[in-house]
Amino acid sequence: MSTVVTNPKALVAKARRLPPELSILFVLLGIAVIFEVLGWIFNGQSFLFNSQRLVIMILQVSVIGLLAIGVTQVIITTGIDLSSGSVLALSAMVAASLAQSADVARPVFEGLGGLPVFIPVVAGLLVGTVCGLINGSLIAATGIPPFIATLGMMVTARGLAQYYTHGKPISQLSDSYTAIGAGAMPVMIFLMMAVVFHIALRYTKYGKYTYAIGGNMTAARVSGIDVKRHLITVYTIAGALSGLAGVVASARAASGQSGMGLSYELDAIAAAVIGGVSLAGGVGRITGTVIGALILGMMTSGFTFLGIDAYIQQIVKGVIIVVAVIADTYRSKRKI
Amino acid sequence: MSAVLKDQTSSTMPRAAAGTYLLEAEGIMKGFPGVIALAGVQLKLRPGTVHALMGENGAGKSTLMKIIAGIYQPDEGQIRVKGERVVLHSPLDALQKGIAMIHQELNLVPFTTIAENIWIGREPLNKLGFVDHAELFRRTRELFDRLHIDLDPEEQVQHLSIANRQMVEIAKAVSYDSDVLIMDEPTSAITEKEVEHLFAIIADLKAQGKGIVYITHKMVEVFNIADDISVFRDGHYITTKPASELDRDKLITLMVGRELTQMFPKTTVPLRDVVLDVRSLSRQGVFSGVSFQLRGGEILGFAGLMGAGRTEVAETIYGMYPASGGEIYVNGKRVEIKSPRQAIDAGLALLTEDRKASGLFLVLPVLENMEIASLPGFLGRLGFVRQRTVSEECEKLRQSLRVKTPSLYQIIENLSGGNQQKALIGRWLLTKPKVLILDEPTRGIDVGAKAEIYKLISELAADGVAIIMISSEMAEIIGMCDRVLVMHDGHVTGELKRDELTQEAILHLASD
Repeated sequence: MSTVVTNPKALVAKARRLPPELSILFVLLGIAVIFEVLGWIFNGQSFLFNSQRLVIMILQVSVIGLLAIGVTQVIITTGIDLSSGSVLALSAMVAASLAQSADVARPVFEGLGGLPVFIPVVAGLLVGTVCGLINGSLIAATGIPPFIATLGMMVTARGLAQYYTHGKPISQLSDSYTAIGAGAMPVMIFLMMAVVFHIALRYTKYGKYTYAIGGNMTAARVSGIDVKRHLITVYTIAGALSGLAGVVASARAASGQSGMGLSYELDAIAAAVIGGVSLAGGVGRITGTVIGALILGMMTSGFTFLGIDAYIQQIVKGVIIVVAVIADTYRSKRKI
Repeated sequence: MSAVLKDQTSSTMPRAAAGTYLLEAEGIMKGFPGVIALAGVQLKLRPGTVHALMGENGAGKSTLMKIIAGIYQPDEGQIRVKGERVVLHSPLDALQKGIAMIHQELNLVPFTTIAENIWIGREPLNKLGFVDHAELFRRTRELFDRLHIDLDPEEQVQHLSIANRQMVEIAKAVSYDSDVLIMDEPTSAITEKEVEHLFAIIADLKAQGKGIVYITHKMVEVFNIADDISVFRDGHYITTKPASELDRDKLITLMVGRELTQMFPKTTVPLRDVVLDVRSLSRQGVFSGVSFQLRGGEILGFAGLMGAGRTEVAETIYGMYPASGGEIYVNGKRVEIKSPRQAIDAGLALLTEDRKASGLFLVLPVLENMEIASLPGFLGRLGFVRQRTVSEECEKLRQSLRVKTPSLYQIIENLSGGNQQKALIGRWLLTKPKVLILDEPTRGIDVGAKAEIYKLISELAADGVAIIMISSEMAEIIGMCDRVLVMHDGHVTGELKRDELTQEAILHLASD
């Protein structure tokens, strides 16, 4: 705040700042370099130049990344989605139950084995979409805070996921289904969704309306935007992405478990916030969220690589989330 | 009344000797990203005086006040309180050094009592360390007695009118017993009666030797209460003069840096066909039986006191609230308007009364603020916005409206009020409206930008746009309108043609 300004022109020039995403990218690179150095010191090997480790890292990021893409859009409208982890689990259960091989004992839908692969995929997506639609409709129709509406969905969807098989896991999924989670497929799906929604947010009416609603809901309404309908759309999209994440997660694990995606919603929100998405609304981009998710993934990967206790990993992650929000607050304060 | 007060105080008060200022700010510089708010300004406040700070919006008055109140820290420059150099790190810091500020935005906690609000953070405690409420209320009563404020200290703030909340803010600032009081547009939300009350309080404070820095847009007030006047322009210090050496015209010239030859450039244009025909429009419990016709090229004013129902009529026509009765015709065709979108599609546009609350997307760039209402008209395949076309249209409007901004990508929050308003007018012009409804189009905007907006309104009328102008400023209603409907208590009480427009005639219809 107290920088000395001698030349007024210099100040105006300073205003044309680099996009905030770039500074987050530097943070990501900085963390990578730190792990690289520590790797050579303590483990005598490279952290970054190990393709296997990088693949695992990005794979782990993919599922949470899908949730984060959805919650980013929700947060831009000044909302929040706490239900994404639970919706993931419910979608995974429903999709997995329809994806089992032909000759397996089945907890639900006995005799419905060996279905073509698109049926479980569509079912998983549909479950997520319906959950999102319910979230959005509740918020738009009753005006209850998104925090409460999605908190309700979080508990309900988790309960449904458990009730569905009374807690039994669903395993022995068909090869064509597990192929969705094999190799680099999850990464491809994640990146494709990131590109699609990055473009949608920046260049389409949908995106512009999303930012406008987050910027000022009343002004958005006066400007001819059907705010309620648009909010329903945004939450539905977020739900569909959670459904997709459920499909990907169950395919990768080759099973459906009701405990899947536990507290993933918080990691997704953290990724968005670290990526510069403002909880005050109207600000944030998918690129930032993707980098934010990578930062979280790299922390996990790096700590495991260095053999640091899992509990300590949690502690550090918590600190990083708070630091990111402090940085964001500081950034927006300077903008006054 | 106030003129009398001023004479009394200036004759009884000892004039400050040179060098004994209550407050001196010198060489203050402050920059925000993209904007130089202050480029080396000064302010010297004598004890026992009211020092008015004048300038257009964006001149830097509020920024300097926030620096003096410790809210912002200056990039350069120094502040002295009673000759002693100080650095103010926070509002608390400023309070401890004897500087209190009455904020333009009200900062009270609604669900607590008046007394708790006033003494927040310095409540009297009993032996057990709990708040001593009896003492709290007693002190508040004492303060109110001294200031002749007739409010119950135990009342919750949420039940108070805006005007009474403002009085509580004033009492709170006085309660700190500071030497320097900063008042940023203290009269913007209070009625005539309370203004007199405030001026009496100010006279009393002056008599105690306190200094008051006073910011206002109202010329009449300045010459009523100010002893000294400092003028800022575009972040620069222009001059300081005793109020007695200035008059309204001289002051305006100093503020805008040029002569304002014609404030209201209303031209007579031929009226075209009836564009908007409203027939006995009603909204249950708010207004009823509002009928009028509006022709292309015509400027129709809506005058009346606050709460007369003018804004509500506009919002109902525009589809923000359902009407309980009546019909609307646009170009002779009956229209059903149930949402702002339908209103825009029917050729209506509404510049709302409260720029910040219902107009601006503060965190978004100028471009996004301008294009938002017209996007459905600029769509390509798959809902993609034809961005280059929209940006070009916005850029054209930015130039013709003379919106001062480094670029369309500047966050609109960084623009001055006048430029924000011009960008919002741009938003509506982009929708190519047949009827443009302007609700308080120049509220909180400086003189120079006002004149530009009036000119723009005249040009739009000349182009055949039908204009409804809702305004509480008599001067602009009289100066700009072809015809005026006056409302009182939800009814249209009369219609005045341009040659019948006088302040008296309007006031007569606007009150019981």
